[in-house]
Amino acid sequence: MQSYVQIENAGMVFNTKKGKFTALTDIDLNVDQGEFIALIGHSGCGKSTLLNLVAGLLDATEGVLLLANKEIKGPGPERSVVFQNHSLLPWLTAFENVYLAVEKVFGASESKAQLKARTTAALELVGLTHAATKLPGEISGGMKQRVGIARALAMEPKVLLMDEPFGALDALTRAHLQDELMKIVAATQSTVIMVTHDVDEAVLLSDRIVMMTNGPAATIGEVLSVDLPRPRDRLQLAHDPRYHALRSKVLEFLYSRQMRPKEAA
Amino acid sequence: MSAVNATTENLNDILSGEDIAPTPPVPAAAAPTRRTPYFETESGKRLVEGTLTLFRNAIPPLLGMLLFIGLWGLISHSVKNIPGPLETWHSAVELFSDPFYNKGPNDQGIGWNILNSLYRVGMGFGAAAVVGIPLGFMVGRFDFLNRMLSPIISILRPVSPLAWLPIGLLVLQKAEPASIWVIFISSIWPMVLNTAAGVQRIPQDYMNVARVLNLSEFKVFTKILFPAVLPYVLTGVRLSIGVAWLVIVAAEMLTGGVGIGFWVWDEWNNLNVAHIIIAIFIVGIVGLLLEQALMLLAKRFSYE
Repeated sequence: MQSYVQIENAGMVFNTKKGKFTALTDIDLNVDQGEFIALIGHSGCGKSTLLNLVAGLLDATEGVLLLANKEIKGPGPERSVVFQNHSLLPWLTAFENVYLAVEKVFGASESKAQLKARTTAALELVGLTHAATKLPGEISGGMKQRVGIARALAMEPKVLLMDEPFGALDALTRAHLQDELMKIVAATQSTVIMVTHDVDEAVLLSDRIVMMTNGPAATIGEVLSVDLPRPRDRLQLAHDPRYHALRSKVLEFLYSRQMRPKEAA
Repeated sequence: MSAVNATTENLNDILSGEDIAPTPPVPAAAAPTRRTPYFETESGKRLVEGTLTLFRNAIPPLLGMLLFIGLWGLISHSVKNIPGPLETWHSAVELFSDPFYNKGPNDQGIGWNILNSLYRVGMGFGAAAVVGIPLGFMVGRFDFLNRMLSPIISILRPVSPLAWLPIGLLVLQKAEPASIWVIFISSIWPMVLNTAAGVQRIPQDYMNVARVLNLSEFKVFTKILFPAVLPYVLTGVRLSIGVAWLVIVAAEMLTGGVGIGFWVWDEWNNLNVAHIIIAIFIVGIVGLLLEQALMLLAKRFSYE
């Protein structure tokens, strides 16, 4: 089967005031439909840059990126993004934030009632029906992030891109949202690429973990298949030797082979 | 001022009796136990507490006002020709008992003077908003325009408003539009600068959302640009209206006509110092009200 997302020899060079800065080089990655990919690496390794290339928010300076055999040119709603800091519009309610996206994607072909039903369904999926009329300033950080996920899912994207979606949350909320995300992904069969710096999160959620080397000129160091059966349960996995073996492999890559770069840079 | 506002609100609450729940009904068959005194019930305690906060909040501003009036009284005693607070008060009562008389162009009631000044401010300030806010949007959105205009703005902004009056008189030939022109040119800058700053400070995240959603230019403006910049625009508007009201008195002194500024000058010629002091209070209070009204509006549109 042909890969769904194809990244071929992609590279990214930024023009900065101090001259050229090579963030990424020689990135080759194929993602199958319905696959959950975690991108992991130290901060500054360009994992968010890679995600932004797939999102189309940045244009690769080298190589090609394809989605379903079409070249990715610029951002688009078929590759929806869950941003690190939720990025909800503070003057719109949770419902309106999601509706804005739904209207953009389905507005041309569906009636208002259908659009509203889609929005309601997306909020229900993340368990926020009761907060639909609240403004982002009136709900907690975890709830905001869930609205962000609802907005991204409601667009029925071909690929769901997540940039450290739970990074700013406390551990308990994060675990709760990870569990919910697993259920949602299982139900919707979404293709997901998620940036994370959390080893447990990567092992728990993904089918493959893409480990990045340190920047500058970062590239893919190693790809690890996570062959744990689904549905996964965090409590059972805690006693599963396979889980710990995978976890150790990622830790070993991050801390023994790719030591955190000196902060001098 | 906010303290005074707060206390009047508290007072209204207490007067309207909203805080005072009806006394709990005493069960009919109850033994003749001691009935809880009102001040020990929940609502009673709240009343006592409310009254105390009221006093705590009201005392400093009241004390300030008393001190001010006291100083004024002292000065009026020692300096000849300065009327004291009481004399001014009587004069004000007389003045405001007939605010809308009209005895020809140079002798009209104080109400007409205030309204005429407000009209000029409204015209000049309105024109400044119509020009300044869109200009601010463009300066903020297009860096080229920003770099093109910023030296001009930097030079023109600190110019004293009245320096523009001769140009206005020369070009417009009449006093009335000239004073409106002065208001316009002096109150446009805060709106341009604040709107531009607001546009430049829109978080990149919002624009990324717009890009991922592929929103149309119209949607980007109505759903993101406009609401994100609105608080900045309102700050500019608030600063501008302050400047406009500041300038009108001086402009009218020079151009004449009916208006609070010319009225001050007229009363100076009549040597009616009490009226001049009243005018100072009027200018201060109207300015305060304009600003407070815009503050309320700004609060309505602030998010986060």
